[in-house]
Amino acid sequence: MPSVCFYFQVHQPFRLRHYTVFDHSPRYFDEFKNASICRKVANKCYLPSNRLLLDVIRRLEGRFKISYSLTGVILEQFRKYCPEVMSTFDALTETGCVEFIGETYYHSLSFLYSPDEFIAQINKHTELIQQLYGQTPRVFRNTELIYSNALTKTIEKMGRFNAIITEGADHILGNRSSNFVYRPPNCEHIKLLLKNYSLSDDIAFRFSNRGWKEFPLTADKFAKWVTRLNGNGHCVNLFMDYETFGEHQWEDTGIFSFMSHLPQEILKHPDNSFMTPSEVIDSYDAVDVIDVPHIISWADTERDLSAWLGNPMQSGALHEVYKIEKLVKQTNNEELLADWRQLQTSDHFYYMCTKYFADGDVHKYFNPYESPYDSYINFMNVLDNVRGRLRSRRNRPQPRKILA
Amino acid sequence: MKVFMLGWEFPPYISGGLGTACHGLTKAMNDLGIEVTFVVPKPIESDLSNHVKMLSPLQCRPLGSVPGKKITTELPDLRNVTIKTIASPLEAYITPQYYEKKIEELLKQRPNVSEPSHDIEPAVEKWLRETEEQVEHLAHEHYGGDMYSEVHRYAASAVRLAIREDFDVIHAHDWMTYPAGVAVASVTGKPLVVHVHSTEFDRSGEHINQMIYDIERRGMHAATKIIAVSYLTRNIIITRYGILGEKVEVVYNGVEQNGDGRTLPFNKIGIQSNEKIVLFLGRITMQKGPEYFLMAARKVLEEMENVKFVMAGTGDMMHRIIEMAAQMGIGHKVLFTGFLRGNDVEKIYQMADLYVMPSVSEPFGIAPLEALNYDVPVLISKQSGVAEVLTHVLKVDFWDVNEMANKIIAVLKYPPLQLTLREHGNFEVRSLRWSGAAEKCQKVYQKILQKN
Repeated sequence: MPSVCFYFQVHQPFRLRHYTVFDHSPRYFDEFKNASICRKVANKCYLPSNRLLLDVIRRLEGRFKISYSLTGVILEQFRKYCPEVMSTFDALTETGCVEFIGETYYHSLSFLYSPDEFIAQINKHTELIQQLYGQTPRVFRNTELIYSNALTKTIEKMGRFNAIITEGADHILGNRSSNFVYRPPNCEHIKLLLKNYSLSDDIAFRFSNRGWKEFPLTADKFAKWVTRLNGNGHCVNLFMDYETFGEHQWEDTGIFSFMSHLPQEILKHPDNSFMTPSEVIDSYDAVDVIDVPHIISWADTERDLSAWLGNPMQSGALHEVYKIEKLVKQTNNEELLADWRQLQTSDHFYYMCTKYFADGDVHKYFNPYESPYDSYINFMNVLDNVRGRLRSRRNRPQPRKILA
Repeated sequence: MKVFMLGWEFPPYISGGLGTACHGLTKAMNDLGIEVTFVVPKPIESDLSNHVKMLSPLQCRPLGSVPGKKITTELPDLRNVTIKTIASPLEAYITPQYYEKKIEELLKQRPNVSEPSHDIEPAVEKWLRETEEQVEHLAHEHYGGDMYSEVHRYAASAVRLAIREDFDVIHAHDWMTYPAGVAVASVTGKPLVVHVHSTEFDRSGEHINQMIYDIERRGMHAATKIIAVSYLTRNIIITRYGILGEKVEVVYNGVEQNGDGRTLPFNKIGIQSNEKIVLFLGRITMQKGPEYFLMAARKVLEEMENVKFVMAGTGDMMHRIIEMAAQMGIGHKVLFTGFLRGNDVEKIYQMADLYVMPSVSEPFGIAPLEALNYDVPVLISKQSGVAEVLTHVLKVDFWDVNEMANKIIAVLKYPPLQLTLREHGNFEVRSLRWSGAAEKCQKVYQKILQKN
């Protein structure tokens, strides 16, 4: 019975260029670095993975299904720096076996600070997906799977979403299994899909770990683990960063060959199947209510917000960004609005994380800065310039129609 | 375990980090139960004395000052440490060549350093007697107050002390004590450890003093093991002094905790003035990069008004730096305090919003640790050994004054940055204690003694 539901998160931030207090130009982003990282990851991950999955879908004649959450920011980068990736997503869309998930366009933490901005960014993202792939997302995921009961209320009110994806954290599940569909309390139209973090992390983190007792992980071994859930679950939600394939796990670990064999191995058992998130919620009823009064995420072992809000720099920077929301929107200036929104991307705050900084780990690997302090200084200098632009606009006499 | 330790300074008579390091290390060794005999030249009354009455951290009286006599001082905090001092440098001098010749003769007599022999004693006694006579005789003719003669004079006296002492290993701190270390090792046959707190390349850049380089090189080659204060220094030892990497161990310095971890910045909140204070604390000399501090200061002042730059310390570049500040037109924003000790150091840290160490070449740099101990955020140059151990500090290339100014402004302008640096920095520095350094030294000793 278990239906395997794959969902891949695809995102790269627009990284800031080195910006000192002596800089005054309103160009904040490191074009060269962003282009080269985007192309590098495209060649290592996005292109080969898309081609591989397309090939598997064709080979299995539509019995293999997947879903993607592409942020607006990465789509902008693909269009700008490597359009060939766009065509491979087009080809995937045409198979009819791919679903696109909704999220905030800027991969932001706006849910925590501004409901208006949050909804505006989801709408902007939905419009882009409609325009590019002709789909209207029915399933929502928040940045970094940040979730609480409060999120459900906002999403339900938007009217077009039927489910939310989040982390199957132990403390919200208790002794229940993540392999079922759940629903939030006091909510009629929204279902919850919870990440099976154990099986997901087997692929995303442990795949190439030689110290792991299950190393090496083969497709038939993993298929057996999935099959074993027969009778104990409806769905197996394997949610991970798309960069797992080829970037976090390099090609020489055998990750591509694993992924190319896994679907057929899973389908060897007649009760197993693949579904997109929408198909899962259409096929299965919610078995129970999951109550999440406090915010969770999929980050680190804490599964909380401490990776983005763990120190005074992070909370200070976030606070300062959202403090100018009204002023930015009042200007009706597209460029200012876009710049301000790019600064909301959660990665900027992740770089400022001092947790584990001394040990050197996953946080460091993804960090373009030498230290969290450098990233904070850079970010604040940019934000200062944005504020300066706001000030100079306000002091300038403005035409009537813009004010109205 | 008994250690015969050769140092050049010891609190309260210090001119820089070396004395602080020797004090911290010996105190921690004392706690480990290692017996240390610490030999220093007699305290030097110099222009470095401060107008402010200095309180010794050990609550001990200043070391003895009777000329020409060796004084043994017992310190309450350092039960296992005996301090021995050697006659003052401001007395008669005989030529350095004389001592050098004598030490070389001794070395020739004892080609095999690792085998102790007692026949040497009469020879040493004879030599020392001759030395004393020479001192008397030449007292009025040769008054060469140079460091080099002093170093050799110290060596001769150290040998005399050593032959009456019982110990397992010799530990010599920096080049001034290397000739003494080599001489004591050759006389007693005990293994020699040299501890490199700084090299001639750090102090003088490429324009090295050949005599000092030679002394350093000879000391390092004669040593059984070398302790470097950072990997930065270890690399210099290997590449510039031709030492095999396996012979050089890295032992990072530590810092002594200030009391019960009371937080000082609360006092600062009471300060009425809205002026921020950026602190430079160290010798005003080429190695410490004071001119880069000034250049950054000028850039900071282009952006903000209410900042003062305090330069605490003296040094050979002091006058040049004062002039430079005036020429830049920022003279009124840069304050010079002269050399600070004890309470004054604590006070200045309490006032500072940021401590900057723009060193051009810094083997380690204890001062940033002290600043963190006092809850002051720290900006250090990447060309410092301490950058290897500290993560919760700001780092910058010493020559990149633009970036230095950028970071100084950020600390002054964004309170969350100051707060986070302080919180994490103070926590981090707690793990860098002298006890760790002493344990590592102990391991080095044990390894050597096992081999012998």
